[in-house]
Amino acid sequence: MELEISRQDKEKYEKLDLVINKYKQQEGMLIRILQKAQQIFGHLPIEVQSYVSDKLDIPISTVNGVVSFYSLFSEEPQGKYTINVCMGTACYVKGSQEILKTIEEELHIREGETTLDKLFTIKVARCIGACGLAPVITINDKVYGRLSPLDIPGILHSYIKTNKKSAIGEEVKV
Amino acid sequence: MVSLKINGQIVNVPEETTILEAARMLEIEIPTFCHDPRLKPHGTCRICVVEVEKARSLQTACSTPVFEGMNVWTESDLVVEARKEIINLLLSNHPLDCLTCDKSGNCTLQYLCQKYNITGSTYVGERSTYEIDVSNPFYSVDLNKCILCRKCVLVCSELQCTDAIGLVERGFASHVTPPFEKNIEESTCVSCGNCVAVCPTGALVPKRKEKFSYGELKTVQTTCPYCGVGCQMELMVKGNKVVEIKPAFKVPNDGLLCVKGRFGYNFINHPDRLKNPLIKKNGVFEEATWDEAYQLIAEKIIETKEKFGSDALAGLSSARCTNEENYLMQKLFRAVVGTNNIDHCARLCHASTVAGLANTLGSGAMTNSIAEALLADVIFVTGSNTTETHPVIGAKIRQAIRKNGAKLIVAEPRRIDLANDADVFLQIKPGSNVALMNGLIKVILDEGLYDEEFVNSRTEDFNKLKEVIADFSVEQAAQICDVSVEDIKKAARIYAGGKRGAIYYAMGITQHSSGTEHVMSISNLALLCGNIGKEGAGVNPLRGQNNVQGACDVGALPNVYPGYQRVNDPVNQEKFEKAWGVKLSDNVGLTLSDILDQAVGIKLLYIMGENPMISDPDINHVQKTLENLDFLVVQDIFLTETAQFADVVLPAVSFAEKDGTFTNTERRVQLVRKAIEPKDNAKPDWVIIMEIMNRLGYLANYQHPQEIMEEIAQLTPQYGGINYYRISEEGLQWPCPNTEHPGTKYLHQKHFTRGKGLFMPISYREPAETPNAEYPLILTTGRILYQYHTRTMTGKEEGLNQKAPESYIEISPKTADALSINDGEMIRVASRRGNIITKAKVVDIVNDNVVFMPFHYAEGAANILTNKALDEHCKIPELKVCAVKIEKV
Repeated sequence: MELEISRQDKEKYEKLDLVINKYKQQEGMLIRILQKAQQIFGHLPIEVQSYVSDKLDIPISTVNGVVSFYSLFSEEPQGKYTINVCMGTACYVKGSQEILKTIEEELHIREGETTLDKLFTIKVARCIGACGLAPVITINDKVYGRLSPLDIPGILHSYIKTNKKSAIGEEVKV
Repeated sequence: MVSLKINGQIVNVPEETTILEAARMLEIEIPTFCHDPRLKPHGTCRICVVEVEKARSLQTACSTPVFEGMNVWTESDLVVEARKEIINLLLSNHPLDCLTCDKSGNCTLQYLCQKYNITGSTYVGERSTYEIDVSNPFYSVDLNKCILCRKCVLVCSELQCTDAIGLVERGFASHVTPPFEKNIEESTCVSCGNCVAVCPTGALVPKRKEKFSYGELKTVQTTCPYCGVGCQMELMVKGNKVVEIKPAFKVPNDGLLCVKGRFGYNFINHPDRLKNPLIKKNGVFEEATWDEAYQLIAEKIIETKEKFGSDALAGLSSARCTNEENYLMQKLFRAVVGTNNIDHCARLCHASTVAGLANTLGSGAMTNSIAEALLADVIFVTGSNTTETHPVIGAKIRQAIRKNGAKLIVAEPRRIDLANDADVFLQIKPGSNVALMNGLIKVILDEGLYDEEFVNSRTEDFNKLKEVIADFSVEQAAQICDVSVEDIKKAARIYAGGKRGAIYYAMGITQHSSGTEHVMSISNLALLCGNIGKEGAGVNPLRGQNNVQGACDVGALPNVYPGYQRVNDPVNQEKFEKAWGVKLSDNVGLTLSDILDQAVGIKLLYIMGENPMISDPDINHVQKTLENLDFLVVQDIFLTETAQFADVVLPAVSFAEKDGTFTNTERRVQLVRKAIEPKDNAKPDWVIIMEIMNRLGYLANYQHPQEIMEEIAQLTPQYGGINYYRISEEGLQWPCPNTEHPGTKYLHQKHFTRGKGLFMPISYREPAETPNAEYPLILTTGRILYQYHTRTMTGKEEGLNQKAPESYIEISPKTADALSINDGEMIRVASRRGNIITKAKVVDIVNDNVVFMPFHYAEGAANILTNKALDEHCKIPELKVCAVKIEKV
């Protein structure tokens, strides 16, 4: 098992090397490299940030500053599905707080947290530009609009169902 | 020039000046939080806003350049309103605990509240609730008081170049922290406190040993007593106690200090300081009066002189003491005792530099100035762990890399911190530097990269160099040094390719039985590429102690009078006989290495401020010598390991209790100012020596050290123009022959001190001791950031001891593995001279056949092991290479 993980990791770092080599000659490519790194690793743990810092010769304090500044970066492992609840003005007045509350209650976690089974992460977004559909959430790349709290259990259930092989409480392989 | 008006006053300033700088020229106050003249303006805090006529909005004075006809108002209603609003917002998330805050009285935020009559915030909202980070032994971090001016982060990354802290998160959650929310102690922080020095609020404050308020303190500017950089600092004095030290924004350190200078001052007021003279009776020290001690010393000196002759007496002067004291000490021995047996610990550090560079260039001092590191485009560091041993110069080297893109070559047996910044890092075998230099020279000659014009016009014996290099190959060099041919070639091309290549070296070059040759091969390389006599270049030996340069300059050496005037030259002898009014000895004196050699048979030894029982090689042998003396006088501030062997111990005072001068590594003579009165019955060294002179019937009457400096200036050509008045603001760099002379920034400008630069044909020689089957490892020794020399001073600082508590040995993982040694395990290290127990530190910065130990510690002392094989030219011992074995206990 351990061997397998390290082999997987090795592949990921090889991928990251390709990204770094592609962009490192240009100035100001740190954010792009971190974005790609997050795509490869799922999140940006200390090891990956340190690796990028070493390879680019940018102080780790700077790398960590950038990672913690942008909400699109995550230092913690993310669920398979990231739920973004829009808190832009339009969604807010249309009751997005109730939507968020319902999701939190359904999944037994708070905003910013990830379920134990690593299936869902809840985040809040500022305006995602779909005000006509307010209130809106996104789950990974899919958009759900004109929601009421009653819609939430159904939507979540459809994701749980597609992952039914992994029972709740057991870790999902990402 | 640009002409503008500030508050109605007209001022003419150069273009590119900012409003803030222009206002400061008129002494008009504009408040700032985030501004630091050493940094690029970043306009973070906005408190410096001013009104500029016709401008659309208020402008930040720190970042707005002036223009012709500009009309600026610094305290208009609009400006004051804006500043009040900024402070109002800052206070909405800032505790109002000024009554107990350590920063009170020295806090910019508090001052501006007073200035603008603000008593609190009108905004009520969320407040930060950070835990105070007290993990660092020297300072604490209270982020609740942080106003996010970013100055600490920028000083850490752009000036100190340590990158320990950064700004994370955004919005209200933004805060300063080491990466990944670790505490300071777990970060790369080197405890220099340079962030603390610039913090405008109580967010970063030094930990206090006692309570005080800034209002009751007296500030005294002086020179740091630790390494040779000679940083200027301010002693903050309460009553008769130094309670805090701050960096001074002066040459050469420009507001930077290291942990030792900044926080290592506890020794000054330490209860263990010597308070009275001690006389050993029946093996036990008893307190005595000065009169008794002087009487005894005078009797013994006269008795020994009569019985065995003057040359049976010897003195060890001190690189820790002032120029004036060293001058008097050598005068005591030369003029009063009648011998040239006077030396000091420069013998152990840069004797080979003094001998080697005097031979090839004509002067053994650092050729260029510290600040010139920032002008270099190539920096070559070898035999120096600069960021630990000369931290402020280390920071300047890193600034040169970061700010100016200078290239860095590092050649060291260990992967030191600077190696991570290097373009080429050559992990050479200890003692192989000559082979490396010759390898570099070979590449440069083969590829025609040398400075032909310079070589032709300013040097001699180039052919001899070519001859010796002709028989040598880069492959041989690579093999001897244990590095790759490619890396040597790369380093050679980088060094030769630079316009201003500066070499920095220290004990890794000098402390070898071929030390003088090591030094001369460095000078060969620099001469070959025309890197001497040029601003921003040079051969820069980094002197280890605060005044080792000065102690040499004023003649605390056995072969030269003050100013390097040879004692065996009758003209010099006559000059000094006339000045001192006595007949002087014709014999060149003994070196420290000889004096501490039992076989030489010194009967009476007088040691001022040195501790050879830790600092000298082969301590067991030193101990035998000391035990065999008829009489030993030790003059120091603590009862050191060496003082234990004394017959009489004289209590001297620290740098904070006396006036005088130190000469730093860049030849800058700087003032040491008395901040507090001497403790108990201790006396300044110069007073003690003067009084002994008088006891011995030689009339000496100096009211103040500046009178001694006047005498030095008369007799020492390099110091001719130096007096206390001239150096009161900023030190002067010798040569400074007369009082009109501005001092010399860099040496050998038009011609070398000796005329032409001399190439010396030098071939590599093996160290005196090489590994064999019984002793398979090479031990190299050195210094570390948190301790200084024999710990007489740093050992009294709890925080420094917490950081670096005990002796250890660095071993590579492979070597440790082969012997089943674990990290942290106590192990035995043995050489042909002795063995010690020390702690194993398994690290990947040393090669498998090399081990490293710091030499500072008395317990597990590295110098029990080291070899006293001497360099034949200058008698420096081979402290940097000996063969050892390690084993489990």
